[in-house]
Amino acid sequence: MATPNMPLWEVFIRSRNGLAHKHVGSLHAADTTLALQAARDIYTRRGEGLSIWVVPSNAITASDPSEKGMMFEPAESKIYRHPTFYDVPDEVGHM
Amino acid sequence: MAVASILVSETPLVLYTLRRADDALILGHRLSEWCGHAPMMEEDMALANMGLDLLGQARELYAYAAKVEGKDNDEDKFAYLRDVRQYRNLLLLEQPNGDFARTMVRQFFYAAFADLYWRAMMQSGDPTLAAIAAKSEKESAYHVRHSSEWMVRLGDGTEESHRRAQSAIDDLWAYTGEMFHLDEGERGLIDAGIAIDPAKLHAPWLKTVSGVVNEATLALPKSNWMQQGGRDGRHSEHLGHLLSELQSMPRTFPGATW
Amino acid sequence: MYTQALNTSDGDNSHIEDAARSANFQARIDADERIEPNDWMPAAYRKTLTRQISQHAHSEIVGMLPEGNWITRAPSLRRKAALLAKVQDECGHGLYLYAAAETLGTSREELVDLMLAGKAKYSSIFNYPALTWADIGAIGWLVDGAAIMNQIPLCRCSYGPYARAMIRVCKEESFHQRQGFEIMVTLSKGTEEQKAMAQSALDRWWWPVLMMFGPPDKASQHSDTSTKWKIKRFSNDELRQKFVDATVPQAQFLGLTIPDPGMKQNANGNWEYSAIDWEEFNQVLAGNGPCNRDRLAARRKAHDDGAWVREAALAYAEKRKQRQHAQAAE
Repeated sequence: MATPNMPLWEVFIRSRNGLAHKHVGSLHAADTTLALQAARDIYTRRGEGLSIWVVPSNAITASDPSEKGMMFEPAESKIYRHPTFYDVPDEVGHM
Repeated sequence: MAVASILVSETPLVLYTLRRADDALILGHRLSEWCGHAPMMEEDMALANMGLDLLGQARELYAYAAKVEGKDNDEDKFAYLRDVRQYRNLLLLEQPNGDFARTMVRQFFYAAFADLYWRAMMQSGDPTLAAIAAKSEKESAYHVRHSSEWMVRLGDGTEESHRRAQSAIDDLWAYTGEMFHLDEGERGLIDAGIAIDPAKLHAPWLKTVSGVVNEATLALPKSNWMQQGGRDGRHSEHLGHLLSELQSMPRTFPGATW
Repeated sequence: MYTQALNTSDGDNSHIEDAARSANFQARIDADERIEPNDWMPAAYRKTLTRQISQHAHSEIVGMLPEGNWITRAPSLRRKAALLAKVQDECGHGLYLYAAAETLGTSREELVDLMLAGKAKYSSIFNYPALTWADIGAIGWLVDGAAIMNQIPLCRCSYGPYARAMIRVCKEESFHQRQGFEIMVTLSKGTEEQKAMAQSALDRWWWPVLMMFGPPDKASQHSDTSTKWKIKRFSNDELRQKFVDATVPQAQFLGLTIPDPGMKQNANGNWEYSAIDWEEFNQVLAGNGPCNRDRLAARRKAHDDGAWVREAALAYAEKRKQRQHAQAAE
């Protein structure tokens, strides 16, 4: 008999250095509580985190890779959004 | 040639510390038996984590017992070179793993006690014990969380899981009383503010345990007859087998360093 | 994200792949781009990776057994804690790897079922018995040493989830080989009995460890396409040689003798080893190693004994969902 599938969860950890939660991997668990416990037991064994999010994998909507051009390339030409686009005289110093 | 067991000068504080160290070692050892054999990989990770917490507690307590005793003993001599009669752990903790329900019920009964115990011991007048208590309390708080979640899922899961969980409760219940038994030899330490009176932990323990057991649609046995003896080295037959495995290397190769 | 590949698992790529997409795919690989789960990929790439990653995952899980067999007998509490943590890591690594394999569209349960049915391979090395405490040292030193040689290049593998899993695995495994070598050092400084124990472990593990790198390049089936797809960056023989060259001086440090009297160092400094008994390797892969049956039986037992626990957790989750729905409806 085939083994029934246990729901899949994505795990996000906020590390000690204060950065945002970051995707670290996934796991299988029957419900949210067990998923959170398992995330703690699997992904924070070496003091990696101070906060955990678990999200059902099927709750995530992802962008379509075939639309990469339409989605992301238009941003590449907008160089005026970056500080290096602007000239500030050297004598003004760091700005 | 077997190595003779070590002699321990069991002053009240040495004995008191060894009893708690043995609790942690024996339960940690039992949990480590699951490694590679758990019902799912996620639980394999969890059981090993709890086992490692307990092994860590045992090592700190043995180290302190050795220091207080001030002889030639150390954590490994305490663990590997004492015979079954010299071990002082609670009977509950040496009971075999059985199925996952039995392991979880044992874990839950003990963790619910240990969490209260270590929390109270954080006020100990002995700074080393107070420091060990502060660390152990956080660990046992998680063990309570983990095992109660499983109690509820096993009790209120399927017919089979309910039956297995109830049968584990029925079989292990008689070993719970020993946790709250006040040993007269420990009275002096309690009066000195070094140890705490375990009898006072019974009511809050029962409240936690009944709450979870009710939520799990399980029931606590009516019987109040309780087994005792572990604290004085009168064990079940299971401990001898556990020790013969645990101690096989130092007993086979006397005096070697590993 | 991992989920999408699972949603599109059935039948994708079963249609005829047009040459343009294949060419575009290969161009991305050649440009050292990472392939991600949602990206188009040739069916053969998906199949090769699913096989390789899941075999790797099975190896981690089966690999828990020979060492796990010593956790309860570890000779000191320090060694016991280290060994338990190490074997636990292996479980974690299996878990990361199954997750990476799942992004290709096959569920962990399906992959595990294949292994339990004896239809999927795992590393041949775990079909040898860990007989003495020195074997725990030798496994850490040699088996983990060989695994690291294999795994470091995989951190740059073309498939993103696999590469990321390997980065995490390599980071965590850095203590494993040191743990094993420390045991060997202690034994080599110990009693005559302990030295003999260490030598015997090296004698028994040496050849099986060399076999771990897989068949010689001239006989390997998968190497060509795997190299083209940048799943594999070094050949079996290259990695094996690298391992031998790294290990010989370590054995000399320990005062142990590698069980290959014909071994000699060539002008380039490489250690030339004698012929490997590939018949033994093939027999072990075919199920005839000393422990194949025990290993599979142990995994099957854990799986079968755990079925009611997994069922209970799922049943409770379902009940809880129903109750929440009922509450919300009130």
